[in-house]
Amino acid sequence: MKPGKKLKSAACDTEVMVIRGSSGGVVECAGVPMCEERPAQRQTMNPALAAGTMIGKRYVDATGTIELLCVKAGQGSLSIGGVPLQVKDAKPLPSSD
Amino acid sequence: MNLSLLLQMAAEADADRVGLVCTGRPWSYGTLLQAARGAAACIADSGACHVALLDENSEAAAIGLFGAAIAGVPYVPLNYRLADADLAALLKRIAPAAVIGDVERVRRLDPDGGNRLWTRADFVAASESNAAGAADIQERDDGVAVQIFTSGTTAAPKAAVLRHANLVSYILGTVEFLSADPAEAAVVSVPPYHIAGIAALLSSTYAMRRIVFLPSFDADTWLGLAAAQRATHAFVVPTMLSRIIGRIDAGVRPDLSALRAIAYGGGRMPTELIDRALTLFPNADFTNAYGLTETSSTIALLGPDDHRAAHRSDVAHVRARLGSVGRPLPTVELQIRDEEGRALAPGERGEIYVRGEQVSGEYRERSAIDAEGWFPTRDAGWLDAEGYLFLAGRADDVIVRGGENISPGEIEDVLLSHPAIGDAAAVAVASLEWGEAVGVAVVVRPQHARPGEAELQTLVRNRLRSSRVPERVLFVEALPYNEMGKLLRREVRRLFQPA
Repeated sequence: MKPGKKLKSAACDTEVMVIRGSSGGVVECAGVPMCEERPAQRQTMNPALAAGTMIGKRYVDATGTIELLCVKAGQGSLSIGGVPLQVKDAKPLPSSD
Repeated sequence: MNLSLLLQMAAEADADRVGLVCTGRPWSYGTLLQAARGAAACIADSGACHVALLDENSEAAAIGLFGAAIAGVPYVPLNYRLADADLAALLKRIAPAAVIGDVERVRRLDPDGGNRLWTRADFVAASESNAAGAADIQERDDGVAVQIFTSGTTAAPKAAVLRHANLVSYILGTVEFLSADPAEAAVVSVPPYHIAGIAALLSSTYAMRRIVFLPSFDADTWLGLAAAQRATHAFVVPTMLSRIIGRIDAGVRPDLSALRAIAYGGGRMPTELIDRALTLFPNADFTNAYGLTETSSTIALLGPDDHRAAHRSDVAHVRARLGSVGRPLPTVELQIRDEEGRALAPGERGEIYVRGEQVSGEYRERSAIDAEGWFPTRDAGWLDAEGYLFLAGRADDVIVRGGENISPGEIEDVLLSHPAIGDAAAVAVASLEWGEAVGVAVVVRPQHARPGEAELQTLVRNRLRSSRVPERVLFVEALPYNEMGKLLRREVRRLFQPA
């Protein structure tokens, strides 16, 4: 997973961009592996992984080695190996421009 | 990560929200994105290798910037204030270009460049009617997004390049997406060819804060616009703030009650001026931003709480922070190094080095980044014990008197504490005894008697060391500044040279 790479959900509208990535791990959305091109047929969502993604939020794994930016919202939740990713807390900076 | 992602996300989140207001016409994020796509089609069709803007700020700056990004062609905003010969030289360096703005001038200065020319109105109209044409364009992430010519005063201007990854990293690291509520509006009065103008466009788009352009700065117009648009945010350079406060003090008092955040940068802010601003706007958050073109704008900032704490404090080192540019961004590493490249301890003055994804440090001709990824800024500075950064001029501006390094800023601060001195610049003057010595050019405030030379020398001697005492004092009507409020020290030095 190279930074800048975009991944799309196979089960909902979610799209993410890789901010920080490592070689291992397949990112899933709604329990289904994400891919660069959305399949013609929508996959079925795992109802246990359907809390939704929010545009502009960053999602990280527990070790902090993977960070994804949601660029399009959807109904599925992001996970790696079935373990849900968490929204990264943003420390707001004052506007400087 | 293509720069256009920022606008795409804003349009995705709320296509109807107004993102930009210029001469009255509101542009929603949706219409801006459509126009940017159309612009990309026009740009790709032109075969140009650069997209240049030769114009004041308008919607064309936003459409041109994002359109060029989608088309994968570097965007080059040009300084329309340049003299003909200087501008002609830059046009030659970017030809064949797609140029938006003053087409007559480009035709006259570069008739054989093979350029594609659009007036502002033509460009906006072509972009709006061509949105479908961009469907086939494959976005690229690896190229140069923006190229800015730095203001070289002795040598030819350097072409600083900022890649998509630099600018996107800067925005993602400093701005929370959709953090602005729909009522927020930012007055943007910095010119489009300055990094602050680019950063303002990108930051506001990603925060989804409405941009209100003031194409040509004038204090009364700024005050009127800020009041009429209920502006909540503004970025100013010190000269602008000084003029705005001058008008307020002269009795121009429009309703600025919505204004809650004022950011400034681009030059040294006199402590007296920021103190006055903090008093005049007791409810506003002030942020001092320090950055360079080569670092994609801000790398350190002094935030609102630090401003208020310093403003109220009687403790010298807290109070002194009003003269600091704050702490480095969490996403940027910063070091002070000596001439041999060794890292220095707090309190020691040296050259500022930075490292981070937003730092380009790259010019068209060469990269200034070292093997470990550090960029030497050529700015001199030091850190205090708690990591606050203080600037001490350009590394090239240091006065070396008998082997002792003297920062012009410390002398200027002392001179400015004299009630009759309105402005001051300290520069190196030739000295037979010391190699270099201190020369100061000072401006006397209106309705004040001119202080004696000896009086100013005594003032410096009592507050600093004797080596800082100016050997020569010149009284001048005004100091030379560029339009961004940056003091032109080379021109000040010239005042001391024999005619």
